[in-house]
Amino acid sequence: MSAAEQDVLTTAAGWLGAGRKVALGTVVKTWGSSPRPAGSQIAIRDDGAFIGSVSGGCVEGAVIEGALDTMKDRKIRKLEFGVSDEQAWAVGLACGGRIEVFVEPLS
Amino acid sequence: MKRETLTALNEARGKGRAIVRAVDLATGEEVLIDPASEKSTLGVAAAAAARADQSASVEIEGRSWFLEVYNPPLDLVIIGAVHIAQPLSQMASLTGYRVRIIDPRTAFATVERFPGITLSHDWADEALSKAPLGPRSAVVLLTHDPKLDDPALIMALKSDCFYIGALGSRKTQATRQARMKVQGFGENELTRIRGPVGLNIGARSPAEIAVSILAEMTQILRGPER
Repeated sequence: MSAAEQDVLTTAAGWLGAGRKVALGTVVKTWGSSPRPAGSQIAIRDDGAFIGSVSGGCVEGAVIEGALDTMKDRKIRKLEFGVSDEQAWAVGLACGGRIEVFVEPLS
Repeated sequence: MKRETLTALNEARGKGRAIVRAVDLATGEEVLIDPASEKSTLGVAAAAAARADQSASVEIEGRSWFLEVYNPPLDLVIIGAVHIAQPLSQMASLTGYRVRIIDPRTAFATVERFPGITLSHDWADEALSKAPLGPRSAVVLLTHDPKLDDPALIMALKSDCFYIGALGSRKTQATRQARMKVQGFGENELTRIRGPVGLNIGARSPAEIAVSILAEMTQILRGPER
């Protein structure tokens, strides 16, 4: 895991320390030609600001939406994206791969 | 993830220790694991994931855990604060390496030429005794000068670092290997030295040569031929 990716957790800790709500998204499963490996992370702040990535930028928008829901209801979520998925196609995972993203609140 | 978990994770990473977070994907329950010492079934799986440098899912007693691996950063040791070292240290930093440059020639290894990079003016054997090489280390020899390169090369060959590259022609590589043979290293060890350094992509400028070196390091680290 690169230094750049590790910055995700340092930034998340900073946000938490400043009293913001934060959720974490982690790629937990990949199929086919997914752009980021399992373990890739994104941290999302309550105003939608984010650091890190779980794809080449294709599904981050949908993950941020899921993260904002998680911050409200404090529930974990599993989001799956792939080309066969209508909704995912709308947000555009066009690389042909499939990924599962685990979203959890930082509390 | 709990706030305490995040704090503990960041603390371990700050100290350069490997750590694994296991998350139960059904419940969100989490366990922090020191892969060096935990002996439970989950701990053994975490240690394997850390060794492979790959976060992964495991099924243990009907529970589905995701093992998030946080390894310390990769370590690049550059011997010789020469021109190629400038783009190489920057590119490697971007790639996630913690870069250190060793060169006893104080006019070469200056902060002005290498902003933000750890510089050592010790001789290589001394510097590498203070901060030893490990399985996540790569060593690149750039001085062309056996007096400076060889002490580092000997330390590198004795270590389990994953990459050793040495600048110089095929002829230079042959004489270098011959010198190491005199030092008592065998054929298997001598083939660990990559020279001429880098992938053969026709690189000309120092920056292009840095690309070829970083590409070869990546290939050895991640590629299928390993």
